[in-house]
Amino acid sequence: MLAPVSHNLALTTILRKRELPVNGEVIPKLNQRVLATNIIAEAEYSYKHHLIDVARLLGIKPEDAEKKLNDIRVGQNISAGTIIATGGGLIANDVKVKESGRVVAVGGGQVLLDTSGKELAIKAGISGEIIEVIPNRGVVIQEVGALVQGIWGNGRVNSGTLHILADKPDHVIEASQMDISIRSFVILGGSCQDAESLKAAADITVRGLILSSLHPSLLGLARKMPYPIIITDAIGKKPMNASAHKIISTNQQRENVTVNAEAYHHYTGTRPEVIIPLPHSNLPPPPRKVESFAPDQKVRLRRRPHAGATGILVELPSALQTLPNGLRVVAGKVKLTSGEEITVPLVNLEVLG
Amino acid sequence: MASVIGSDSVLALDIGSATTRAILFDVVDGRYRFIAIGQSPSTAHAPFNDISAGIGEAIERLEEITGRKLIDEDNRIIASVQEDGSGVDAITASLSAGETLKVVITGLLSEVSLESAKNLATSTYARVVESISLNDSRKEEEQIDAILKAAPDLIIIAGGTDDGAAPSLKKNIEVIGLATYLMPKEKRPAILFAGNQQMTDEVLKTLEPLSSSMHTTSNIRPSVSTEDLRTARTALAQAFVEIRKKQITGIEELNMWAGGRMLPSVFAEGRIIHLLSKLYGAEKALLSINLGSSATTLSLGFGNHLQTKVYPHLGMGLSVSELLSHTTAKNIARWLPISASSQKINDYIYTKALYPNSIPATKEDLLIEQALGREALRLAIESFSKELPDDVPVLKKSLLPLFEVVLAGGSVLSNAPTFGQSLLILLDALQPAGITSLILDKNNLIPALGTAADISSILPVQALETGAFINLATVIAPVSSARYGTNILKASLRRADGSVSTEEIKQGGFKVLPLRAGETADLNLQPLRRADIGLGAGKKLSTKVSGSALGIVLDGRGRPLDLTSDDVRRRELIKKWLWTLGG
Repeated sequence: MLAPVSHNLALTTILRKRELPVNGEVIPKLNQRVLATNIIAEAEYSYKHHLIDVARLLGIKPEDAEKKLNDIRVGQNISAGTIIATGGGLIANDVKVKESGRVVAVGGGQVLLDTSGKELAIKAGISGEIIEVIPNRGVVIQEVGALVQGIWGNGRVNSGTLHILADKPDHVIEASQMDISIRSFVILGGSCQDAESLKAAADITVRGLILSSLHPSLLGLARKMPYPIIITDAIGKKPMNASAHKIISTNQQRENVTVNAEAYHHYTGTRPEVIIPLPHSNLPPPPRKVESFAPDQKVRLRRRPHAGATGILVELPSALQTLPNGLRVVAGKVKLTSGEEITVPLVNLEVLG
Repeated sequence: MASVIGSDSVLALDIGSATTRAILFDVVDGRYRFIAIGQSPSTAHAPFNDISAGIGEAIERLEEITGRKLIDEDNRIIASVQEDGSGVDAITASLSAGETLKVVITGLLSEVSLESAKNLATSTYARVVESISLNDSRKEEEQIDAILKAAPDLIIIAGGTDDGAAPSLKKNIEVIGLATYLMPKEKRPAILFAGNQQMTDEVLKTLEPLSSSMHTTSNIRPSVSTEDLRTARTALAQAFVEIRKKQITGIEELNMWAGGRMLPSVFAEGRIIHLLSKLYGAEKALLSINLGSSATTLSLGFGNHLQTKVYPHLGMGLSVSELLSHTTAKNIARWLPISASSQKINDYIYTKALYPNSIPATKEDLLIEQALGREALRLAIESFSKELPDDVPVLKKSLLPLFEVVLAGGSVLSNAPTFGQSLLILLDALQPAGITSLILDKNNLIPALGTAADISSILPVQALETGAFINLATVIAPVSSARYGTNILKASLRRADGSVSTEEIKQGGFKVLPLRAGETADLNLQPLRRADIGLGAGKKLSTKVSGSALGIVLDGRGRPLDLTSDDVRRRELIKKWLWTLGG
């Protein structure tokens, strides 16, 4: 059976494609190095328009209105107050533009202006080298380092130097730990169960907060925080899985650590992730996106009674297995790191690798 | 639909959000039968993003179960039966996987054509994200911006009676034209026109070049007082498949295998319930339920009328956390026979939303999952009941209509470890009144039968008759205003072997008269104190009944079901009800 994979890797080659949803301008050049917060592509994509019904304003038929337009072309920038059409008759009534904008359509006696001037910009989301430029759309970035993927992110991205507050996987963060000495760091914080800790982290302008778990009532507040927040293991109260904790906690004071808290998207596959750039001599292998379940794989359990626990898949019985609750499922036998051997539905497992 | 004589063997592929099913039907002793099912987790989502892998695994499982080779060395389905017995004669496909479609609806009057456009949109896996009508006070440019922000997958245009005035509709078409013109080509939506038929040519001329796929259908509001979605549903099904072809790798190929006959699963479900309701006649309605991962879907068949509704916010997978926007953890907890804190229920919901394909592995989690299923189904049926046609028979306005048959599927129901658990989820959530047969679609075959009807119109009927479904129980639920503890119904059952069972049910009571599947018996029902079993207050009934997994269930718990606020007593009652049904 095909297995979902969650990446917890101490050293790997990470490739990320960053693309605009529409055509635009790609900023970095091939082989250039970028930081996670660098904008790599921009485009004009507006949600604010102004429609000028020239025909109605001049009281003429739409087909006649085109002749009255003062050489208006798509793409042209027009300032507020500009006369775009002049009527005929004894008292000529002019059509003036009320808001500055760019002409995006002309036809049927109407002129449509894009008045937002707002640009769509996408950030690198990962530090690294540009190894491919996708013309007009974006880039592919390559970085070598540690990669830890999470289950939830608040949509923000930043990078900074890593500071370990959670020296154990079951650490619970407290507001009092957020003092000025760790200002502007990326913090490995453990589990967060109170709003004060999130607010205190904002007060000291942390560059990112890596959590094992977060109380569900704090999800709304976490979304509003100005810094990226990643949850590695659970909504609720759970320790960090040992593998992720080991990878992150052994990189204390490492610089340019990216916290890309992109939301976990079931269909596009975007995942929140922590990327720790590391020195290397050769390119290590990239992570595998898809695996089939097989004995000896390192796995993480997604559901109770051992949610977040890791272990080794030791056997894949061919017959359906009956769980204590009576469900009959395709399951695997997993030896937990504690030594206990349990039967787990395969759909409740993910391969760590 | 197809002619009566069709291909012999049919491989029906159903691609759900969580599960992909490969189902084999074949002719045995001159009749179509359900042979076997192979299942695999779906792979429409990341990191696979291609349904083919899930289909391949599901077919492999089917091959293991049946011993029949269905895929050749080049990994292609063997598309006709070979001398060695391998292959299949025909392939069909149904689909519910994928993100819920974002739909913009436009009409003229909000309570007329716009309402019909909404009814059409919500008959598939879609959410209305923006609506535009004459009642909309926004300027045209604001409407354009609203459409751009909504980034729809589909725009449904309704409005104007046939031969009616066109200028207002033209204005809507202009707004849609400008909005779609401003979208990048690859982001343009599909467009379905279902308005004033005189405008069809103009709509095609203006909007076809600006859409990803253009569909036209008959007017869904041919007159102010008439709504007709029948033809439009088919056009919507085609639009849905076209959109999915562009979104999900593997759909186009699967549709080719299926001869271009792929359907949205909910459309296929509706087709079956429509077929059955015509067979049963027009006295009582039929209901089909799918408590699925992507959505809860309900289809009502009544004579020639079909009503289908999809509730994507009440799905048991990815969208399960949305349930908390429509109810509370406390409301969910009231269905539990155990004590569970709101925190625990919230934790469960968020974990399930993160891992929608995962399943409960502990007793407590299974109970929470089943409680979520009850609450989602209760909310869906509550909303559905408000929109039913007036002529569907009911015992009381506040109650669910009288259903002849309820056909239920979805993994919460079909995977429940006991039939008693499946039945109690249905009874608690639906609270049917009168006499109803509840049938479990244990293998979630209904969408497959709906698509197979394209190959052979008798296949669904014969497959239904040959044990592909589990007849859970015949439920007698008297409606009475009698005091709690008062006798409201006397029931006696005379079996073919001469044995007789008699029970009296009290207001608040819940009992079972066992009658095994395959047995028949004479059932006599004597309502007491003017209780009504669907025939009128106090009216008796003597009838022949067939056995089922759980027999005749006498549900006197009251309609609506009044769950006591005393937590301890309520939990004890739920345990007792479950015990009555065998646990």
